[in-house]
Amino acid sequence: MSLTTSVPTNTSVAPDAAALAPARPRARRRVGSIVVRVLLPLAVFGVIIGAWYAVSELVLNPQQRFMLPPPHEVLKVGVLDGQNFSDMMSALGTTCKVTFAGLGISIVLGVSAAVLMSQAKWIENSLYPWAVVLQTLPVLALTPVFSFFWGFALTPRVIVCVIISFFPIVSNTLFGLQSAERSMHDLFTLHRAGRLTRLWKLLLPAALPMMFAGFRVAAGLSVIGAIVGEYYFKQGDPGLGTNLSVFTSRLEGERLWATVLTASLLGVAVFVFFGWLSRRVVGRWYQSNRS
Amino acid sequence: MTVSTSAALSFDRVSKRFKDGTVALTDTTLAVSPGEFVSVVGPSGCGKSTLLRIASGLDQATAGTAEVASAQVGYVFQDATLLPWRSVSANVGLFAELDHLDRAERERRVADAIALVGLGGFEKHLPHELSGGMRMRTSLARSLVLDPDVFLFDEPFGALDEITRERLNDELLRMFAVRGFTALFVTHSVAEAVFLSTRVVVMSGRPGRVIADVPVPFAYPRSPDLRYTPEYAALCGDVSRYLRNAS
Repeated sequence: MSLTTSVPTNTSVAPDAAALAPARPRARRRVGSIVVRVLLPLAVFGVIIGAWYAVSELVLNPQQRFMLPPPHEVLKVGVLDGQNFSDMMSALGTTCKVTFAGLGISIVLGVSAAVLMSQAKWIENSLYPWAVVLQTLPVLALTPVFSFFWGFALTPRVIVCVIISFFPIVSNTLFGLQSAERSMHDLFTLHRAGRLTRLWKLLLPAALPMMFAGFRVAAGLSVIGAIVGEYYFKQGDPGLGTNLSVFTSRLEGERLWATVLTASLLGVAVFVFFGWLSRRVVGRWYQSNRS
Repeated sequence: MTVSTSAALSFDRVSKRFKDGTVALTDTTLAVSPGEFVSVVGPSGCGKSTLLRIASGLDQATAGTAEVASAQVGYVFQDATLLPWRSVSANVGLFAELDHLDRAERERRVADAIALVGLGGFEKHLPHELSGGMRMRTSLARSLVLDPDVFLFDEPFGALDEITRERLNDELLRMFAVRGFTALFVTHSVAEAVFLSTRVVVMSGRPGRVIADVPVPFAYPRSPDLRYTPEYAALCGDVSRYLRNAS
């Protein structure tokens, strides 16, 4: 009897309690995540700008100030000046072209090489060491060789970009392809799945999270690769790297720093894009899989 | 030979030595007739799972022969081994896909299997959104799709809590009644083995071989209440005694 009478009161209380109880910590967590994700980076940004001013105004004397002009000068001369801005945008366009060409080629070659290596141990053993060697090549020391074969314009820039961004794609993709568990392989073995089926339905989907992690690292590196390439191969359309070298030689500190920051923003943008793409493609099963 | 030619599944003096020198099985002889549900219990590492791997062709015997008189063998693994990027229905359809069944046939069978394991309404869920018990149901449904005559179970419910395990045991028996397959079920739970099987085979510690073969007389369908009868308890006691002598 007492049980049946207690049930209605319980159920009438329960919805309110259920609605309130989890809501509070969740709201607190949301506020907490705004603080962590927005305010803290902004605070660090403030510290960096402050330190920049300090170095520029207090540490450097006026004759040295061209090395690190204060932020507002960089903004005024490097970005807000119409001619300088449009020069920089066209350089950014060129750098984007080299970056995307290099990254695209890296992804195609890197994934293909990793897929090939995943198919047989002997292929992996023969190719992988050379991927490592490619990564450790002192690219800058090779610039004369590149210009000997490919001149001084866009082609060698793209090649530098590929060499710099290739390795993380190969190694991550290969690692990802090898990450499928033995018991999952057993499922495919039991049903006599062919190589292609196994690759398409097991290895590649299992590799996707690692592949995207590799693409993300490679994306950042490909921007660096493009800029390093432009720094040395100056024929053809000037890119951000070309301008860096020009502004350095002319001691134009404001435009130099504006270009450095633009280059880094480009790197961040490509990095963020691949993070977004990765969440779109594998986020539904991968992120939540880890938590 | 004691192995009958009409067996659905037979092992004749099967031995297995791994590359590292470990001997998993010695001289194991065992036959399972069509429609039988045979459980294998034994101490850890006695080669129970190896027996299944050999029967399915995933591993080769070092000596002796294993034969399965069926084109279609269902294999249910220790953990659910679902592909995490596939939904429940896509996971359930995997074997049908690998065996090139056409789409309409596949969808019909997937729907049937999902209904049979009681996962209706969860077709679009991803494995990480399911409980351990539901993942195991998905894995069962995946094997049921091809309607195999012979089922190999490798401790499928070992990682589940007791309540879920007993419920799945009841449901497995219901499927056994509906589909009428032959089963070889590896477990280290004596209670589970006795409850499910027509026969319980006890294996010795490594290297494994058969040391006892205990028939289970209870008629099917078995009620969950069978677990609380003295006869059931007595039989569990018998099997446990053999097991104690085994290790």
